[in-house]
Amino acid sequence: MPEAEVRNFNINFGPQHPAAHGVLRLVLELDGEVVERVDPHIGLLHRGTEKLIEVKTYLQAIPYFDRLDYVAPMNQEHAFCLAIERLAGIEVPRRGQLIRVLYAEIGRILSHLLNVTTQAMDVGALTPPLWGFEEREKLMVFYERASGSRMHAAYFRPGGVHQDLPAQLIEDIWDWCDPFLQTVQDLDDLLSENRIFKQRNVDIGVVSLDDCWAWGFSGVMVRGSGAAWDLRKSQPYECYAELDFDIPIGKNGDCYDRYHIRMEEMRQSVRIMKQCIERLRVEKGPVVSTDGKVAPPKRSEMKRSMEALIHHFKLYTEGFHVPEGDIYAAVEAPKGEFGVYLVADGSNKPYRCKIRAPGFAHLQAMDYLCRGHQLADVSAVLGSLDIVFGEVDR
Amino acid sequence: MTVALQEIAETLKAALPGVSLAHEIAFGDLTVHVAADDIVAVLTVLRDDPKLAFISFVDICGVDYPAREKRFDVVYHLLSPTLNARIRLKVQTDETTPVPSACAVFVGADWFEREAYDLYGILFSDHPELRRILTDYGFDGYPLRKDFPLTGFVEVRYDDEQKRVVYEPVRLNQEFRNFDFLSPWEGTEYVLPGDEKAKTN
Repeated sequence: MPEAEVRNFNINFGPQHPAAHGVLRLVLELDGEVVERVDPHIGLLHRGTEKLIEVKTYLQAIPYFDRLDYVAPMNQEHAFCLAIERLAGIEVPRRGQLIRVLYAEIGRILSHLLNVTTQAMDVGALTPPLWGFEEREKLMVFYERASGSRMHAAYFRPGGVHQDLPAQLIEDIWDWCDPFLQTVQDLDDLLSENRIFKQRNVDIGVVSLDDCWAWGFSGVMVRGSGAAWDLRKSQPYECYAELDFDIPIGKNGDCYDRYHIRMEEMRQSVRIMKQCIERLRVEKGPVVSTDGKVAPPKRSEMKRSMEALIHHFKLYTEGFHVPEGDIYAAVEAPKGEFGVYLVADGSNKPYRCKIRAPGFAHLQAMDYLCRGHQLADVSAVLGSLDIVFGEVDR
Repeated sequence: MTVALQEIAETLKAALPGVSLAHEIAFGDLTVHVAADDIVAVLTVLRDDPKLAFISFVDICGVDYPAREKRFDVVYHLLSPTLNARIRLKVQTDETTPVPSACAVFVGADWFEREAYDLYGILFSDHPELRRILTDYGFDGYPLRKDFPLTGFVEVRYDDEQKRVVYEPVRLNQEFRNFDFLSPWEGTEYVLPGDEKAKTN
């Protein structure tokens, strides 16, 4: 065959592809089986969340955050609530903080379970998703028992959480913890030393620490490359400072290290959850700020107190006002640093709410990560980036 | 914390003697106002100065203030893992004046600048590929500007006769209702219905 007839090949990966983790369209330029260029086309799930939030009151904006990273909904609400609380100077009562941390860690396990098992599926294993999704279903029941909804909880509110947890629910979460560690161990036995899994992941998608920072990576991506950086430790919010847990880090910055970090973080999350439950058993008290100007009164109070009735009416029509100013609040979401940049103009609606999604920064590095890899590695790299399109497209 | 942020601002100003920088610390966040032409120099110093080491790129976004002469704020967020501190830089611009791109300093700025261009129409000079990112192929307008209506201008549906998706002007069965929940007792900025007849004296 003459030289001139050899040319690069362009293919579309997605938007309807099971390994695209949603509606991602990758335009790949291939030289044989080697990837020469990757051009991700995103925005197929763009819903204009930031625009919608600008015309809603602060309280009405919370459900939009569930729909960003719909794999771990409460972690997103958490960032938005922290931003409001820091601007308005609202204190969260201790029991409220503990419940928030408990559910943030449940969200982390939900996300990591989905990611680890589907990453295994992307490289050819079918059993892990079946094992992992059974546990996810149990966790979603805990979500439902606390908030009434399996996914779109709207449970974290400015000033605390919406409702207190029943005592039985706290005990049921405790009973779930230890058997779950065995499930993690089973997954570990199944995958970690598996020959195919290692061949597909070791030394794939290697990224150096300097590049991590410059690309705007966060979370598991920087920890995989060796930085002991976790916002729960370095810039503690809620009661993370007093809880005992470890931050796993990787050495090689490849897909396999990131898989191991996620596995270990699930075990650490269980450790945090147990500490929270032990404290919740003794710590009684309000779960939401008792300031009637930011949090609604109890239903029973409304029956007797005129003041409470007025507060309730004002909160659910006009909503509370947040003082003028701007703030950047971030949490360590399962996928990395999830930040909310909130500009308030002193009214009852946000003037601007920029959502800084970790997946957005991770996905833009696809070209850098995949160049020179084989076509089959694209799905392995994409799997280990942990992309959810709800938050990338917003 | 505030003392540390104050020190960061002083170090930054000392490292850039010829550049006018105004800073403020509010709600525990440090904000530095930078002129558009200086932004690349400021970002480079923030990244390379070992006493600052803001090596982690976090975010770029636009904010729209239509009443202002330079209507847009471009807001940069950086993080220094060694100092464990964050910094916010603000640059003002309008619809036609481009802001120098930060891509040469932080590779990760690429998509964030494309997003600011897509949603606000903020232009960035020397950006490698400034094209739309989140909106539809062939989309017209800048949706996050305050003068862009929430409902947009076009809607899509699948046309069974033409066997393709068609674009049509948006048609609402019920007009979008923007409720005014602000308390009339606390002084509104507009004239309340009925008040236009009242005499002030």
